Amino acid sequence: MQQTFRIIDEDGIHARPATALVNTANKFQDTNSFAEANGKKVTLKSILGVLSLGLEQGDTLTLITEGGNESEALTALQEVMVNEGLGELHE
Amino acid sequence: MNNLKGIAASAGIAIARAFTLEHPDYSVTEKQVTDTDAELAKLDAALAQSQAELEAIKARTLQELGEKKAEIFESHLLILNDPELIEPVKAKIASESVNAEYALNETATQFIQMFENMKSAYLQERAADMRDVTKRILKHLLGLNYVSPSEISEEVIVVAEDLTPSDTAQLNRNYVKGFTTNIGGRTSHSAIMARSLEIPAVVGTKNVLSAVKNGDLIIVDGLEGDVIVNPTEAIVEQYRAKQDAYAKQVEEWKKLRSEPTVSKDGIHVELAANIGTPNDVAGVLENGGEAVGLYRTEFLYMGRDKLPSEEIQYVAYKSVLEKMEGKPVVVRTLDIGGDKELPYLDLPKEMNPFLGFRAVRLCLDRQDIFRTQLRALLRASVHGNLRIMFPMIATLGEFREAKALLEEEKAKLISEGIPVSEEIQLGIMVEIPSTAVLADQFAKEVDFFSIGTNDLIQYTMAADRMNERVAYLYQPYNPAILRLVKMVIDAAHREGRWVGMCGEMAGDATAIPILLGLGLDEFSMSATSILPARSQIGKLSRSDMQALAAKALEMGTAEEVVALVESIEAAAE
Repeated sequence: MQQTFRIIDEDGIHARPATALVNTANKFQDTNSFAEANGKKVTLKSILGVLSLGLEQGDTLTLITEGGNESEALTALQEVMVNEGLGELHE
Repeated sequence: MNNLKGIAASAGIAIARAFTLEHPDYSVTEKQVTDTDAELAKLDAALAQSQAELEAIKARTLQELGEKKAEIFESHLLILNDPELIEPVKAKIASESVNAEYALNETATQFIQMFENMKSAYLQERAADMRDVTKRILKHLLGLNYVSPSEISEEVIVVAEDLTPSDTAQLNRNYVKGFTTNIGGRTSHSAIMARSLEIPAVVGTKNVLSAVKNGDLIIVDGLEGDVIVNPTEAIVEQYRAKQDAYAKQVEEWKKLRSEPTVSKDGIHVELAANIGTPNDVAGVLENGGEAVGLYRTEFLYMGRDKLPSEEIQYVAYKSVLEKMEGKPVVVRTLDIGGDKELPYLDLPKEMNPFLGFRAVRLCLDRQDIFRTQLRALLRASVHGNLRIMFPMIATLGEFREAKALLEEEKAKLISEGIPVSEEIQLGIMVEIPSTAVLADQFAKEVDFFSIGTNDLIQYTMAADRMNERVAYLYQPYNPAILRLVKMVIDAAHREGRWVGMCGEMAGDATAIPILLGLGLDEFSMSATSILPARSQIGKLSRSDMQALAAKALEMGTAEEVVALVESIEAAAE
């Protein structure tokens, strides 16, 4: 499953929301979660991976969940994106 | 036992073990290992130790400084456990049979470089977090015995080359009993910080860091400027007695806490305090301050990664005004530039930052920043007795322009239906000689002056106050400075305005008799100087001091002025 967002935070994705995203992904141990942006795909279980995407305001980011509770995991990640004021649903 | 002499920067006596603030050597060399399992176990142990440390720091930060400040350590914990970091390190140890510290350093360096090469300034700065975590793990791998200042957990005296704002921000204030540094003077950052924390400090010792080992017992005598290393039992006893005597004197001063400041011949002057944050107000009231004479708003802008919002500022200003319960609060608008930088503003480096793009010069250019601050101040004005002053005003044109922006924001707020006080006094800092000389013209348009002596002295003497080699030119008692002060006071009084002083000089026992004689209305100083100053002024007669000041103005050198004041004191005793 996947969902695409547009980054609205003026700092892109910074350390605090990235931490929240990784902590959330880590809660779903049986689910593989990935973030894809600018032609690069990284595991969401790595804060360095997420920060390495170098996301900036206006970029699009796709969150992907596979296996386990993939649907619940995606919903939880989506909540983080919206609650942290990071991004808005795209498409 | 070993004695060192420095500059007494903050009064009091501290006796405690030394904590030397020196950054250790983290360099690593590549080594081949035969037992890679042992190397992997060493890495795991270092990671576990780092994890325990970070969790402890996070918990303490959460408790003492709140959730926001603790978040950074949450990210550090995630980096520490990041599979993208740890897996490659382990693979490198196993496949190349190299030592753990080398494998870690190589892998971490790639991430650091990745961050440094990112487009966003914010992400570039994350390289610092990566470095921090790497150093923490390396510290355990290399068996280094280094405790970062944020982790101090026993009573110590901090010994350092110098203390930067970021060092002091990390210090755990419950445990730091005193400071002593190699460099610096009475107005350096570390000295000002020590006075606001009310802990003894001796700065400018030149070599205390090499004379003291971590854990040595030391005495810092912030009254005399002495540092004693590994004192004998007898000396410790002697200093404990001095510590007690000083504490008694402080108690006596405290009796003057709720008294007004009145000279022997019945002239009232106002003793105010300089503050940096709303938390400092408690110390002002504790020390009997009659006002806040200088609220330095820079601290709101420092230690963050972007500009503080209007709301954040409003909350801080409102808090100070409310806590002061109607007593005057003079807020200085943003004075950034010079030695105070804001990394996120990304201002170009300058050859002469003190003569450059700073304070109101920056604010008139970056009106977005300035207007946000003015709105926050205007909104807060209904919660107390607000006075606003602009720093680094060199020309009347600058004042008029800044005032016009204030008026515009005020009109906007009123049209939005937001209440604004009609009683806000508007003044300027007098710290540039051109403004002192033209004070008669300024006095027609401002409500008050506040003389910023630290800068006024450095600009008048053309001597950088951070440069030790010209430190002798920092001469508050030089008759040239006194004459400028007199010009400002006389010009203001002719127009019915009041004059304050918010530099170090205002709380200086040698300067106070002269300033009283020159007619200064408000003295703003470190909170801890207020009670001694009140006690001193109570013993002086203003008419006598007028005669003293008149003599001082006719002298040729600072030394002669000091001798004159001392002769009066000797006669009084």
